[in-house]
Amino acid sequence: MYTQGLDQKDKARPAAGEETAAQQDAFQARVDAEEKIEPKEWMPAAYRRTLVRQISQHAHSEIIGMQPEGNWLTRAPSLKRKAILLAKVQDEAGHGLYLYSAAETLGVSRDEMVGDLLSGKAKYSSIFNYPTLTWADIGAIGWLVDGAAIMNQIPLCRCSYGPYARAMVRVCKEESFHQRQGFELMLELCRGTGAQKAMAQDALDRWWWPSLMMFGPNDADSKHSAQSMAWKIKRFSNDELRQKFVDVTAPQAEFLGLRIPDDDLAWNAETGHYDFGEIDWSEFHQVLAGNGPCNRERMEKRRAAHDNGAWVREAAEAHAAKRAARDAA
Amino acid sequence: MSKNGWPLYEVFIRTKSGLSHRHAGSVHAADDQMALDAARDTYTRRMEGVSLWVVRSDRIVASDPAENSAFFEPAEDKIYRHPTFYEIPDGVENL
Repeated sequence: MYTQGLDQKDKARPAAGEETAAQQDAFQARVDAEEKIEPKEWMPAAYRRTLVRQISQHAHSEIIGMQPEGNWLTRAPSLKRKAILLAKVQDEAGHGLYLYSAAETLGVSRDEMVGDLLSGKAKYSSIFNYPTLTWADIGAIGWLVDGAAIMNQIPLCRCSYGPYARAMVRVCKEESFHQRQGFELMLELCRGTGAQKAMAQDALDRWWWPSLMMFGPNDADSKHSAQSMAWKIKRFSNDELRQKFVDVTAPQAEFLGLRIPDDDLAWNAETGHYDFGEIDWSEFHQVLAGNGPCNRERMEKRRAAHDNGAWVREAAEAHAAKRAARDAA
Repeated sequence: MSKNGWPLYEVFIRTKSGLSHRHAGSVHAADDQMALDAARDTYTRRMEGVSLWVVRSDRIVASDPAENSAFFEPAEDKIYRHPTFYEIPDGVENL
């Protein structure tokens, strides 16, 4: 998921005149006809820019998203849980790589994207700036964060840009395991001791609202939504997806015997949906601005990982050069 | 970061015997063997394949989508290449 950054300001507007109206109309007609747009085909510069921004932010989110869960790898309570968590964190790396690969088809280089992440120029999802304080947080992330991600990612499988849509198909297949292992972990805690259930409740209390924020600003405040919908990059609005998420998650919480931390949450028979309370948008904007609980830590760790891996990259290059020289001889 | 960036390789997977290889995505790698290992780790974590191909992206020769109409034009007007072009009277079977 993790496409909140779509709503960041896009200062660079397309230079008018470069693209003829006829080109743009032809492009829109293809999109309207549900044709997929493929790399190297003509596309408006703004479409390309929007996709580069969205896909690379999505990729960065997967990469940074390894950290909160990686925090518990050495402390998983059983070998089974440790193996599961390891596989899940590895999947997140894989998702990041599928997405970088998709973004590269638009003409941006991997090094450029990684550089933008490390320099802080590029954004990633706000959700990963919250800490994982207890083991139950691993369950809450799978259940809620990956649940919200799936909600957002399933429509992206039908995105107008072919490589992004295809990457999302792979991601969604794997994401389902992430969500289910999270729910099962929560279920195990809820069926355990009083202290374990309290731990699960505490995790839900802390992750509920940040999970709702993952869908991005309300529709009225979402700057790029209309254009992205017209281009069929986005299929549902932020608020529609958020509502869907609440509707499917509330009964799951009930099954677990946990209370969602929202006094306004109630089933509305008239609308056929759950009503829910107002999100604290000031917190959302603070986290996006870099002032969440873990923003600095996440970036420091990412940079350290990159720097500490430099010798591996150099060794691989030296090895490749040596082999090439030997093969040439 | 590497000075020039590692070359890009396109990854193709045969999901099972009897099917052809299909494009899955791409990986960066310093050399061919590393590309194969990275492709395995990235694209076949769940037994998605029985065979992998990696090929350097810059070695692929591709048609230009902007030239599609001219490039594929020779095939466009040869409807007689399709069986539906031929009218067979009712009553004739096994054709």
